[in-house]
Amino acid sequence: MAEIISPMAGVVAEVKVNPGDKVEPGQELFIIESMKMMIPLEADKGGVVKEVKVGVGDFVNEGDVVVVLED
Amino acid sequence: MSEKKTKGQILWELKEKIKQMGPERHKKRIKEQGKLLCRERLQLLLDPEPIVEDGILANCLAEELPADGVVTVLGKINGRDVCVMANDFSVKAGSWGPRTVEKIIRIQETAMRLRIPMIYLVDSAGLRITDQIYCFPGRRHAGRIFHLQALMSGMVPQICLLSGPSAAGGAYIPTFCDVIICVDKFGAMYLGSPRMAEVTIGEKVTIEEMGGARLHCEVSGVGDVFVTSEEEGIQKIKDYLSYFPQHCFEKPPVAEPKEPEKDPAELEKIIPENQNVPFDMYEVIWRIIDAGSWFEMKALWAKEIITGFARINGKPVGIIANQPKVKGGVLFVDSADKACRFIRLCDAFNIPILFLMDVPGFMIGSAVEREGILRHGCKMLYAVSEATVPKISVVVRKAYGAGLYAMCGPSHEPDACIALPTALVAVMGPEAAVNAVFYNEIQAIQDPKERFKFVKEKQDEYREQVDIYKLANDLVIDDMVPAWELRSELIKRFAFYENKPGELRYPKKHGVMQV
Repeated sequence: MAEIISPMAGVVAEVKVNPGDKVEPGQELFIIESMKMMIPLEADKGGVVKEVKVGVGDFVNEGDVVVVLED
Repeated sequence: MSEKKTKGQILWELKEKIKQMGPERHKKRIKEQGKLLCRERLQLLLDPEPIVEDGILANCLAEELPADGVVTVLGKINGRDVCVMANDFSVKAGSWGPRTVEKIIRIQETAMRLRIPMIYLVDSAGLRITDQIYCFPGRRHAGRIFHLQALMSGMVPQICLLSGPSAAGGAYIPTFCDVIICVDKFGAMYLGSPRMAEVTIGEKVTIEEMGGARLHCEVSGVGDVFVTSEEEGIQKIKDYLSYFPQHCFEKPPVAEPKEPEKDPAELEKIIPENQNVPFDMYEVIWRIIDAGSWFEMKALWAKEIITGFARINGKPVGIIANQPKVKGGVLFVDSADKACRFIRLCDAFNIPILFLMDVPGFMIGSAVEREGILRHGCKMLYAVSEATVPKISVVVRKAYGAGLYAMCGPSHEPDACIALPTALVAVMGPEAAVNAVFYNEIQAIQDPKERFKFVKEKQDEYREQVDIYKLANDLVIDDMVPAWELRSELIKRFAFYENKPGELRYPKKHGVMQV
């Protein structure tokens, strides 16, 4: 199991995965709007999405878990 | 008939025996772990001849302590003189006794006297506690190694290959170096070993978690280069040196110019005009630098800023580039740290600096304030101001707020600040600026459509106010070039600036830089 964390504080602009999806390393999972930039958040490893913890419009802080992946 | 050995033969045989290093059982264990032996490393690192070794007879009257666990030599790397200190793990786990320490100090003094690079091949368990009063507290004891490292810093390059442990005080040898090349699974450094941590603070961790190569290259930022084998690490030492002069009063060596690996004509397609869309800054770098010339520092840490050595038309250049693909290229405490150290490294050894800007500014928010973003940002700005090497800053795309200053904008005395036509220089981006200036007006508009229209209008006005041609018109920037001309422009400019003596500075001992 791997937790994907937000690299910086910002607001979730787009969620690109759903629970059950298979993701590859490097795949874009989220777009976070921060500092007026659209910042993609990529999976650092592959797996199956177990849980998506935030939705569009939510504020996330640096270090918050946004997605949980299963191997 | 048995002939009596001559004195010369006896000496020769003793030295040959010492060159066999520690006991066979220890050497066997090292080989089983997949590590190189101390003198094998030296063989891979240095030209075969000439090599001179000092202190090979250190502790030769003791059993099983050949060279007292450290080899110190003068040798050559691709024809260039270097001093090397190499711990021998087959001799009492590379631990330090009084003679070991004296040998390390002497080779450092040699490097200072001759003004040649100092290389440390680190693989040591640390001080022999039983000998401590002879090698820990005194004037020419272990502390002096670090004292000399501080004095040598910026005078001659100091390079560390970390292929084994480096514990407690010993961990300062790598940390004092300009560059630490860490070998995965073998290299480790920490102030307190896992065993010590368990006893004194009750923490249970592995060596890897405490101070492994990956930890230091990805998390702590102490490591500079992550390698997966010692052979690769030794090659990295040679690559690194190819960008550096022998000492701080020389210019860096020039190589055969090469065309970039990728076509500079493609640059315009790579840089998106929409400021809010990320792109990969490496794709710009590959179209500016000579093919095959890239030595990246701290590639796995604070990736929102890229720092690395390259050659442009054969001449070494240090590149600092924002990476919009990671964290939007925003500057954080670690990115400022990384950039500051790199700027000072370039400046110490006369390596010109190229800044490639696409920076939305420093990160804001309570989290980074608590981490001291002001202190760290200050440090980066400070380093930029201090650097007297040729400096060119290029506004590739956005340069907002103090990001412009930190990336050597016009106020920070670049030899030139040039912009691409995609550039946008401003205190802040249009979205943030309009929100800040017209906050009350925007809030007062009830109809969402009307509100959107108002904001859009104001943003467009703002964009017009800070249009890059306006800045060129007012001489804020020195020139503007199409992206495809960037490389040839840089070649010409760096050539004009290369004999720059460095700006006048107020006489003083030293500044009081934030750290």
